This record gives sequence, structure tokens and C-alpha cells, in this order.
Amino acid sequence: MTDATTMAAETGAASTNALLEVRGLEGWYGESHVLHGVDFNVHQGEVVTLLGRNGAGKTTTIKAIMGLLDKRRGSVRMAGQETISLQARHIARMGIAICPEERGIFASLSVEENLTLPPKLAEGGLSIDRIYELFPNLKERRRSQGTKLSGGEQQMLAIARILRTGSKFLLLDEPTEGLAPVIVQQIGRTISALKKEGFTIVLVEQNFRFAASVADRHYVVEQGKVVDMIPNHALDANIEKLHAYLGV
Amino acid sequence: MFELLGIPPQVLMGQLLIGLINGSFYAVLSLGLAVIFGLLNIINFAHGAQYMMGAFGAWMLLNYTGIGYWPALILSPIVVGAIGIALERTMISRLYKLDHLYGLLLTFGLALIIQGLFRNYYGVSGLPYAIPPALQGGQNLGFMFLPNYRGWVIIASVVVCFGTWFMIEKTRLGSYLRAATENPELVGAFGINVPRMITLTYGFGVGLAAFAGVLAAPIYSVNPNMGADLIIVVFAVVVIGGMGSIMGAILTGFGLGIIEGLTRVFYPEGSAVVIFVIMAIVLMIKPEGLFGNNA
Repeated sequence: MTDATTMAAETGAASTNALLEVRGLEGWYGESHVLHGVDFNVHQGEVVTLLGRNGAGKTTTIKAIMGLLDKRRGSVRMAGQETISLQARHIARMGIAICPEERGIFASLSVEENLTLPPKLAEGGLSIDRIYELFPNLKERRRSQGTKLSGGEQQMLAIARILRTGSKFLLLDEPTEGLAPVIVQQIGRTISALKKEGFTIVLVEQNFRFAASVADRHYVVEQGKVVDMIPNHALDANIEKLHAYLGV
Repeated sequence: MFELLGIPPQVLMGQLLIGLINGSFYAVLSLGLAVIFGLLNIINFAHGAQYMMGAFGAWMLLNYTGIGYWPALILSPIVVGAIGIALERTMISRLYKLDHLYGLLLTFGLALIIQGLFRNYYGVSGLPYAIPPALQGGQNLGFMFLPNYRGWVIIASVVVCFGTWFMIEKTRLGSYLRAATENPELVGAFGINVPRMITLTYGFGVGLAAFAGVLAAPIYSVNPNMGADLIIVVFAVVVIGGMGSIMGAILTGFGLGIIEGLTRVFYPEGSAVVIFVIMAIVLMIKPEGLFGNNA
């Protein structure tokens, strides 16, 4: 199967293939071996979640895809091109953008500087005006220090700034963590709107109800491996199994 | 004429001027250190040697090639900055993942080697460098005599300091620099070439030191130890201002130069140590420095 898809990618049959193919991905933080062979695919235009308990390796998987680990091994192919030996900035230039778990809003930059920091890497990114239309709070507070925003506003800013870059493949790490329900709904609407516009999204989530409201498929991560895949339409049928995985 | 606490104004103003001149060098040098420390996390102990190289650069340009002061003011910082870039690429860049101490030891060693080489070839007696003709003479301000060259040093330092501050705090390039100072990994993940930014920042900081060196050449004699004598005070200035704070480095540099000058008027015996006394007090009360933001 792996060989077949790889060959197909090389022969250019992109429409039937995964946009992102992760195979046998291993990752380390310093000395500690966190990922033990992660396998999954993401197709063009899909929203896919990584579900799992704390410490299962979801965030590490996202970081490994982006090239942010000290050491990684295996295979991560973006549109058929191997990225495992590339540095983060080269991976970013292939059209992958990250919204990190800790949000990564810069304290020494204003809201507007935070928003315009990531350079445009491709055509088709959202304009500043369109972003301010989507997130009116950011416009109102554009001169404020980035970290003076509320948690929800910082999360909006962290998502908004990667929409400007033209990258169509987004890695969102727990965008709803610690936010009020009304903000979570707004983020859900934003993700759905992005999907309609053709963005491909990998979403790390603890909150599987939220995940179910936006995603096409769910991968379950456990002890540094993908142990199961559940299509969103089969979620109800698999709810017991999922509860067991997540320990809820 | 008026007198203040029995001090004639000529003496007071004269010492204030010397204080401002010293403060100009403290400010430009500590600014370079702060910029380098902010992004590289390296305590650049070679800064004094690089300042000395700037002064020697001007002297060599004049004596070996006939290139005068004004071109040297640009050329010498560029050449010394380029040497800094080579050092960063070949040596300093290997230390970013290690403790500060390693960077300090490496740059301290480099400073000793550079100063040793210059001592070997040029001796320690000091080489003369003339004030450029356009800046000879001075102005009688009524209450004091201001040598033109000293006025120029103050103006040039203020312009360079605030130009650097503006570039870092108010421009797009500066926003990259500030962001990379906070979180270089994430800035890299946005597709920005952080290693190149780090290299150029080191080159810029070193160039600032060399610029101060060229400014200093006509005032102090050009000699291999000129930087070693100054850099200890500059490190005290940086500690007082707070490592990594741009405006802090500038204001503390000028401010301490003036305080030092005033001490020389009112309590001359204390002038050599006043900055270190202030450093000790600041470290006790606010260890992160007057303008530092994290403890």
C-alpha cells in the first residue's frame, strides 16, 4: 500500500493521493523517544484530527511534521515530496503553517506586527482587511501589545496570522484549549469556513465533541503511535471504543 | 559667573562634557552587546577587541592606503563586522545550544588572541590618529569651550543609537528581530531564515563596536588595550541597564557617563568606582537591571 501510493505520487496522480503522508515517523525531545512510528494520511481539503490522551504524542507529531523536533526519522511526504531531512523554514515554504499549542503570540510585537510577521509564501492568502472582517476584535486592538489580548483573542490572532501567508495546509494544535464555549464555537465556524475555502487542516484536540463538529476523520494516537482511525460518520457507532482510548 | 557648591561652571561643564563623551561610547558599545545578547544569547566578550579593531581599521586605512576619516567611519565597521560574521559562522554558531558560559569563554579567548596579535605587531604605546580637518577647532559657548570633534562624537552616537532603536522597535525588519529574540523556533516555522538573521545581527553588533572605535581613534590613542580597558565598564553598564534591553542600554550608557563625570567634579576619588557601586546597588535591588523585564 505504502509503495503503491508512493509510486502513484511520483507518477503525478495527485488527485487520488494523500496530500500529506506520514510513515513510520519517530521523534525525540532531546534524549526522550516520544514518537514510535506514526502512520497517517491527510487528503486535500480534509479536516483530520489527532485525538488521544495527554502525553500520547499528538503535539509532538505536529511538531515533527513541521520540523521542530531535535531529531526525527521516518517519512513525511508533502504533495509527494519527502521533508524528513528539511529544516522548519523549508517545510514552511512548501505551504505548511502551524498554530502552536502555546499560541506563540510575541509579547514584544503589537497585534498588527504579530499578524504581519509570517511572510507571504504563496498567492491566495487572506488580505489584512478580510482577516479583520473575520476577527473584528483584532482590528480594534491592533495597536495593543500581542500578549495583552484575552486568551480567545490570542487564539484568533494565532490562527489569523497563518491565513495571511497563502499556506493552505494548517496544523492547529488544541485551538480550543481553555477557551469559553462561545469562543470555541467561533473557532469551529472559522475552521468550517476554511474547509469550504479549500484549506487542509490537521487538528490536535482533547475535546472530541468539538472535533466531531468540524472533522472528516479522526486518528487516535496512543503512546507515540496511531492506533486507530474513525471516520466522523462512524463516530457514534464507535463511541465506547473512543471513550476507552481517551479514558473519559 | 555663577558658581554651584563652590565649583566654577567651566569645571562642571568640562567634566559634564567628558562624561557625555564617555557616555556616548558606553551607549554605543552596550547597545551592540544588548542587540547581540538579545538574539544570540551570547555575552560577547570580544566586543572591546572589536572596538579596538575598529580604531585600528581607521588607522590602517589612513596609513596603508591613504583613506581618510570619513570613508573609514563606514569602511572600518563593515570590514570588522565582516570579520565578526566569519567568527560567528565558524565558531560562535556552534555554541547556541550550550550554556551562556561557553559563549563568554570563547569570545573572551578570542579577545585575548586578537589583542595579543595587535600588541605583537603594533606595541602598546599607542598610535596617533589626527582629528579630521573639518572637525578641528571648537566653539566658545560662553560658559565653556566645546571642541568640534567632541560635539561630533556626541551627535554621531546619539544618531546611531536612536537609529538602531528605531530600526529594532519600529520597522518590519525589527519586528522579525524582536520575534526571533523571543521564540526563534516559531519564527523559523513561519519560513524566515533565522540563522542568517542571527549571523547578520552579530555582524551588525560588531560593526557598532567598530564604529565606536573609529569615533574614539582621534580622542584616545589607538592602542591594542583600548577596548580591554573600556569593556569592563561597559559590561557594568549593561548589567545596570538590563541585558537585552535596547533603550535601557542607550539611556544607561549616556546616564552613567554623566554620573561618572559629575562624580569627578564633586568627589573625584569616587569617579573610578562609581559605576561599579551603582551596579552593586542595582544588583541588590533589581537584579534584572533597571530596564530588564524578566527576573
